[in-house]
Amino acid sequence: MDNTIVATHPHTHETAVAAEHEHVALPQHRHHFETPEQQREAGTFGMWLFLLTEIMFFGGLFFAYLLYRNWYNPAFVAASNQLSIPLGTANTAILISSGFFMALAVWAAEVRKKSLLVIFLVLTTLFGLAFLGIKYFEYKEKWDKNHIPGQNFDVREFVNPHAYGLKEEPLAPDMAQKTQVFFFLYFAMTGMHALHMIIGIVLLFWLMWRANRGEFSAGYVAPIENFGLYWHFVDIVWIFLFPLLYLINRHPVS
Amino acid sequence: MSATSSTILNLPDQRTATLPKRTYINNEDGLLSWLFTGDHKRIAILYLISITFFFFIGGAFAGLIRLELLTPQGDLMASDTYNKMFSMHGIIMVFLFLVPSVPATLGNFLMPIMLGAKDLAFPKINLLSWYLYWLGGIVVLGALVLGGVDTGWTFTTPLSTHYLNTHVVTAATGVFILGFSSIFTGLNFIVTIHRMRAPGMTWFRMPLFVWSHYAASILMVLGTPVLAITLTLVALERLVGIGVFDPTKGGDPLLFQHLFWFYSHPAVYIMILPGMGVISEVISTFSRKRVFGYTAVAFSSVAIALFGFFVWAHHMFIMGVSNYSALVFSLLTMLVAVPSAIKTFNWAFTMQKGSITFETPMLYAFGFLGLFTIGGMTGVFLGALGMDIHLTETYFIVAHFHFVMVGGMLMAFLAGIHFWWPKMTGRMYPESLSKLAAVTTFIGFNLTFLPQFILGYLGMPRRYHAYPPEFQVLNVLSTAGATVLGVGYMLPLLYLAWSLKYGAIAGNNPWQATGLEWQIQSPPITENFIEIPIVDHEAYDYEWLEHKTAQEVTTVG
Repeated sequence: MDNTIVATHPHTHETAVAAEHEHVALPQHRHHFETPEQQREAGTFGMWLFLLTEIMFFGGLFFAYLLYRNWYNPAFVAASNQLSIPLGTANTAILISSGFFMALAVWAAEVRKKSLLVIFLVLTTLFGLAFLGIKYFEYKEKWDKNHIPGQNFDVREFVNPHAYGLKEEPLAPDMAQKTQVFFFLYFAMTGMHALHMIIGIVLLFWLMWRANRGEFSAGYVAPIENFGLYWHFVDIVWIFLFPLLYLINRHPVS
Repeated sequence: MSATSSTILNLPDQRTATLPKRTYINNEDGLLSWLFTGDHKRIAILYLISITFFFFIGGAFAGLIRLELLTPQGDLMASDTYNKMFSMHGIIMVFLFLVPSVPATLGNFLMPIMLGAKDLAFPKINLLSWYLYWLGGIVVLGALVLGGVDTGWTFTTPLSTHYLNTHVVTAATGVFILGFSSIFTGLNFIVTIHRMRAPGMTWFRMPLFVWSHYAASILMVLGTPVLAITLTLVALERLVGIGVFDPTKGGDPLLFQHLFWFYSHPAVYIMILPGMGVISEVISTFSRKRVFGYTAVAFSSVAIALFGFFVWAHHMFIMGVSNYSALVFSLLTMLVAVPSAIKTFNWAFTMQKGSITFETPMLYAFGFLGLFTIGGMTGVFLGALGMDIHLTETYFIVAHFHFVMVGGMLMAFLAGIHFWWPKMTGRMYPESLSKLAAVTTFIGFNLTFLPQFILGYLGMPRRYHAYPPEFQVLNVLSTAGATVLGVGYMLPLLYLAWSLKYGAIAGNNPWQATGLEWQIQSPPITENFIEIPIVDHEAYDYEWLEHKTAQEVTTVG
């Protein structure tokens, strides 16, 4: 039983395996890749493809948002005025800082500085947690005002805004009900984003633990790099969410 | 597996073939070595066993449906039981059988070997995909055990969100998990094709099997997440009443249709494209000719994937989309017929003046060609706006997609299983018995589903457990055919299991095929290749094969 494809090279299996191990530089090199570069490229490519699926996943929500915004524009405008621009802006800054420290962490791993890497990962995590903390207070405000879609949803602020000191145009009751759609999409989109951040933070703790053991300070940086791609992706989703939910067309000329 | 001193035979002589000492099957022992394997070949075998299991469960539901339809009255089961039967049949067959059928079994097994790699790019993710498959499968079966789900496999709103008290959320969760399994398979294939090709394996030297899997993988990666978010929204709608799909709260049920079919139309190409890849390999091998118009066939796969994303609304012609968008989607639907026809014609021209032999895989491939053509052509009927209004939601639709999915994909799956069985197990299946099975399947299939075209045209709606008495003759024919079809599917299960121990030993290349997978031992070693091959010829180069075997006598010693 000859493996005819190698027939021109009368190697035995043992020499072939030995030859293969000659150019293996890293302990993390997996046997089915020919070279470490191939492994690194494959990993990064896989991560990009995964992010593509994430774009499609969020795409469904963005599509629903655009559709309903178009249909129920007055309700969406009135409801988006309920969101706090200062808190949103602060969160945007915090998230960008977190991404910045993640980028520095990738750099630290590449130049093999272990303690710097750990510090930057910790900072990334702290800023991520700060984002979630502010998000908690934003959600709590909606909860207190009964702006959570469902049985107890309260439309009074949209039907009679002047009684609450708001400068909005009052909405007809049926259009005011449509603010539920806005709030549902708000919770679905930011909630899905927050879920991705929570998953990211769990991964960050795992990466910190591994980085602290020095796993990424000897030339093997693929997990840090690929996680960095994920973290920046989560940032970018927010960069789209922030203007769509908080900023655009807040006070239309009526 | 080391180089031997004997000369290499020009043609494989099966009488002298022996099983190699070390293969991926006996490399490690014990159940755990299978459950924790990273080897793509072992994962393929795990998948093969799993999807066979689910296929026969789904098939049992089909049998019960046909049994109920034997008589015009609903006498075997109550109408809601019947609804649960066809829903489970659809969910299991679509998500647990058709989507992973060829890619997860044959694709997993062959993709790295065809590219000259040792494994897929991410072996652990590949294994995870199999576990997710089982998790999803168990959740779906859980929905069944808890009391079933009766939305049909489409989870259509508002039926699924407001009017049913069945286990929609459980079933949707199962499908959601299965989606991840499918995404991971597709992601693994794309990365492998891009990054793991052997030196010299250019894009246009790849076998068409790889091309069609590439196209299907793109669909998996881009389409499946949309299904995931759609099902998440359905589940949220049921659990907390959010109202995205609920008109009373300002939502739009049509949005569900758009999102669902944005995945589920490409999904039918996820199901059929890998089958087309199998057919390309089989027809070329048993015609001893290069696939006619290789480049056209390769690009038609990609074209199907591309067009497949822009035709989803043809499922919604009667659901209130605007006339203009219906017109555009009808036109785009016709366009998909073009690359499909390119493939069919090229297969026909591949056979022209070829040295055709009629082994079992070739018989299944012939079955595929005929049935897929009928299925595809009736798809054009349904894409035409006027016809669709008459035929939609009737048995015509049922017959159409069963021709494509069962007549096309299942035939292709069986062709592929028979074709690569010697490579996967090292043993031949019994030839005459399997020919009988192929013919039985073909006859049974036509008897089952041709009457349904007539039934649908006459106006019998789908998804009802009772029907007017004048439809009984055709329904009896259909049920009789289903019985024959059932026998046709049981036969391979039995004789393939038998052949594992008693089949003739196959040898490396029993078909004298050109693919890289046929140049290594059967069954392969765990690493596939002792040394990564350097590819200097294109796929389907039969002259190279002849030349190679002549040369090797001098180079090996």
